[in-house]
Amino acid sequence: MNKLILFGISIIAVLVLLAVFAPFISPYNPQAIDVENILSPPNRVHILGTDSLGRDLFSRMLYGTRVSLEVGLVAVSVSLIIGVLLGSLAGYWGGRVDNLIMRFVDIMLCFPTFFLLLAMVAFLRATIFNIMLIIGLTSWMGIARLVRAEVLSIKEKDFVRYAKAMGAGNFKIISRHILPNALPPVLVAAVLGMGGAILTESALSFLGLGVQPPTASWGNILMEGKAVIDIGWWLTLFPGMAILVTVLGYNLLGEGLRK
Amino acid sequence: MGFGHWDLFRVIRNSTMLLYFFKRLFNLVPLLLGITIISFAVIHLAPGRPAYLKEMDPRISLEAQERLMKLYDLDKPLLKQYLNWLKRVVRLDFGNSFVDGRKVIVRLRERLPITLLINILAMGLIIGIALPVGIISALKPGGLFDKWTTFFVFLGFSLPAFWLALLLMLLLGIKLNWLPISGLRSFDHHQLSFWGRNLDLLKHLILPVSVAAFGGLAGFSRYVRGNMIGVLKQDYIRAAYAQGIDKKRVVYKYALKNALLPLITILGLSIPGLIGGSIIFESIFAIPGMGRLLYNSTMARDYPVIMGGLVIGAVLTLLGNLLADLCYAWADPRIRYE
Repeated sequence: MNKLILFGISIIAVLVLLAVFAPFISPYNPQAIDVENILSPPNRVHILGTDSLGRDLFSRMLYGTRVSLEVGLVAVSVSLIIGVLLGSLAGYWGGRVDNLIMRFVDIMLCFPTFFLLLAMVAFLRATIFNIMLIIGLTSWMGIARLVRAEVLSIKEKDFVRYAKAMGAGNFKIISRHILPNALPPVLVAAVLGMGGAILTESALSFLGLGVQPPTASWGNILMEGKAVIDIGWWLTLFPGMAILVTVLGYNLLGEGLRK
Repeated sequence: MGFGHWDLFRVIRNSTMLLYFFKRLFNLVPLLLGITIISFAVIHLAPGRPAYLKEMDPRISLEAQERLMKLYDLDKPLLKQYLNWLKRVVRLDFGNSFVDGRKVIVRLRERLPITLLINILAMGLIIGIALPVGIISALKPGGLFDKWTTFFVFLGFSLPAFWLALLLMLLLGIKLNWLPISGLRSFDHHQLSFWGRNLDLLKHLILPVSVAAFGGLAGFSRYVRGNMIGVLKQDYIRAAYAQGIDKKRVVYKYALKNALLPLITILGLSIPGLIGGSIIFESIFAIPGMGRLLYNSTMARDYPVIMGGLVIGAVLTLLGNLLADLCYAWADPRIRYE
């Protein structure tokens, strides 16, 4: 195990612990309004300060960790399902199927992702689930291309020919013999994708189009912080650092796994 | 004038280029059609309209729902809806904005120049910084400079661009008061001289352009580095060294040229990211461009503008990619024969 993996995993492990035990760690209810402590800077009572409704920033950020990790996991699962399915279909069958699927990938890549996200949000309800879904629906193309390339090279290998000669069905060949061997690069892409999905969710929430208040997400804390940016720097500094560290964790892990 | 070897060469070169051009143009048709199909599918994301729309956003009035039904023929069969919509899209008729009743295409067109200006400046900035950084790192992979840039590239990949925008706003705009943080013009803009006005615009552009460029910086410098390292290992570079040609000449004349070629494609591929990013920096810095229009339209559920922006954004990306590919084919004749 190299240093990058170790470093990345430790960051993610700490975040997972914080997310799981958020109710026990957080000193306050993340929704509790404290009118006597509005916009108080970091101090001994509120270690990261409070927002413009007097809610404890540290507690809100802890619960925001849950949102971010969930978004990364679910969005990437969605993009994995679509990407692996279409990628292996294209690579295994080739010909017209391949052509059709790869043109579809090309077309999807033409859309500026954020335009597509915005248009989809405009037609859907902005629930956490929908946000995770549409991030997944707009980010599977890289994985599909990757899986296709892997399948193309693996399907010519001797052990696949052998399995075919032994009379194994197409589904069995793909799921038992090809995909397990295509796993390592897909895993790297998935880990890096989680960081990307977390960034996207935070940007959407920051624009007010992602996770809706009062549910706390790092992005929407930043949005509320922008309104008071000249008097409440802590509302801008800390949630952004949380996003940076989290995404860095996934990127380090992904880069470590690549080697 | 005779018809020497050179002329013959040029004729062949030009005709393969032309052939390639028409081949690519022909390939454009299914892609454009695909763009409209996916955009059309987005309209149908909302299940069980129009009651759903009402439930989703109580601000949508009954009248707006009816307009929506009528605009996209939502009561007709699916195929008919699509064909009717396509017929109008081909003529660039996206209908009228729900918000101010003006034609969507007019609203988009007046917002486009500023978005293009910022994105082109950002691309220039990306190239201006990433190129030298990538080359210097490639000359000594694993050296001190390379290690530091690798560190910053990692940081760059993980840093949310909108947060960087907020930090710059906080530091340079609010704490130090060096730069304006919103809009394109100061209040006293009309009183300034010609140069004063341009300087004013420039000052307003510094933060948005920096933030727009930031997203591409890390990736682009990595590509330059990777390509350069790859090219420097090639036999013809080693041969050039062996012949005793000056090291600088080898690096900047022979290697750089070949390392830069694939970057044309990368630049083309980064267009959707840049355009998409304009939503973020334009809404943060209140720049009246296409990104902000789309953002405001999404907030107001101004569907005709959203759909127009989606289609136009994708078509612009497609044309940008085509342009990049043509440049590549023009610069590297090997491409045309594939």
